[in-house]
Amino acid sequence: MWVVDFVKSSVVGIVEMAQEWLSELGLVIMFLGASLYWATRPPFRIQETIRQLDFAGTQSILLIVMTGAFTGMVSVLQGHNAMSRYGAESLVGAATALALTRELGPVLTGLMVVGRVGSAMTAELGSMRSTYQIDALSSMAVAPVQYLVCPRIIATSMAMPFLATIFSFSGMIGAYIMAVEYLHIDAGAFMSAVSDYVTSSDVTQGLTKSVVFGLILSLVACFKGFNATGGARGVGLATTKAVVLSSVLILFSDYLMTAIMF
Amino acid sequence: MIQVDDVRKKFGEQQVLRGVSFEVKKGSISTLIGRSGAGKSVLLRHMIGLDEPDSGHIVIDGSDIVGMKTRELNKIRRRFGVLFQDGALFDSMSVSENVAFPLREHSELNEKEIQDVVIQKLDAVGLRGHTEKYPSEISGGMRKRVGLARALALNPDIIFFDEPTSGLDPITRGAIYRFIEKTHLDGHITYFLVSHDISGVMAISDEIMMIHDGQIVACGTPESFRTSSDQVVRQFLSGSPDGPISID
Repeated sequence: MWVVDFVKSSVVGIVEMAQEWLSELGLVIMFLGASLYWATRPPFRIQETIRQLDFAGTQSILLIVMTGAFTGMVSVLQGHNAMSRYGAESLVGAATALALTRELGPVLTGLMVVGRVGSAMTAELGSMRSTYQIDALSSMAVAPVQYLVCPRIIATSMAMPFLATIFSFSGMIGAYIMAVEYLHIDAGAFMSAVSDYVTSSDVTQGLTKSVVFGLILSLVACFKGFNATGGARGVGLATTKAVVLSSVLILFSDYLMTAIMF
Repeated sequence: MIQVDDVRKKFGEQQVLRGVSFEVKKGSISTLIGRSGAGKSVLLRHMIGLDEPDSGHIVIDGSDIVGMKTRELNKIRRRFGVLFQDGALFDSMSVSENVAFPLREHSELNEKEIQDVVIQKLDAVGLRGHTEKYPSEISGGMRKRVGLARALALNPDIIFFDEPTSGLDPITRGAIYRFIEKTHLDGHITYFLVSHDISGVMAISDEIMMIHDGQIVACGTPESFRTSSDQVVRQFLSGSPDGPISID
């Protein structure tokens, strides 16, 4: 009898969770619709968008350069270890370049930006919600979605391809230093393998991914912050949920896009 | 004039507003009083169009804002200012940027004219020397005064105040009421306050409404409240825990 009860309660729990997810997905889609609606209507918040570009883009560069360089270096070390077993050490540069432009650049940049920018967006908007600053905007006849959300989504989606490029570029510098200086792979062989194997479509597809990741992470971060309830604890929970959800969605959409593109 | 007519609102199973009706006369200082949790702030949110009632009407100078489209509602909102509890100042902006915000959004003034208005409004609330400070660097009373200056920036017809003196010491409270009276005299604006600070609002209000259990239970001049024989009003004025108002 207890087995039937257990199965029953598990099924009910799963159905309720699915309903909750679907209803939240509906709300996120409506939020995206509202953002698109307000983004196309004047006044265009150019100054605020530039401010967000500076925060999401310029101020993330150092972090992206560091993570990119270390990722390139470790990729070469691991790649060399595996490829040397087949005598294909000279291809380690090409393998690293392909991994960086197609996958590691956009995905790791997305995850780093989720941590640095997405979490801050959720916390800021959540705090504005709990201290009635968003209500104050509405009461002053200013559309909060247009003023707060659109600039963040536009700026993050614009900044992401640049950051992903910087990530891949600094990754390749790290890979080159590691391969040529430390592993003594011929510099000419390294560079020619890179130029032989990496095509422009690898680069554009990687950049397309990074734009989508930027849209996803900023949309989720703004949605969670904008709808945060329950004071400081609620803002903390919203920030955690935003980081987890956008990280999962980045990895999921990466799989989908990779399956479609390559 | 503002007319609130049979406004009802339910959150889940809890009926917060049970048919609230009253009028606010043009140019008056009218105050809604009541215990914490009586539905004052909920009603105020409905009056400024942040929430929609389940039924009823809220008419501001002939326009019913219930069910109104955002674009139309925003035209009406440009004619009023709101002072939220704790000011609701934008913490990423300085004091002067906060006061300038509605001017930058809705006026055709150039930067020099905006700065002149900002100084004038901050002067009216006694904060001229604090223009470059941020909300986190000033006291609660100062934040409310900046909120009042921001609410006054566009010379509105109506200003709504949500608990303008809550959490303040008696002297700052007195100063806030003085600024409210002074700015009201200067501008002949309709002021609508929500408060439970009975002694303060009695001194400045032309009319007082009392909300209890989601309904208006008394309405009249401060004098009529002082002499009221209504047990609910008497208990609220005396602050006694014993009487028809039960303590939850």
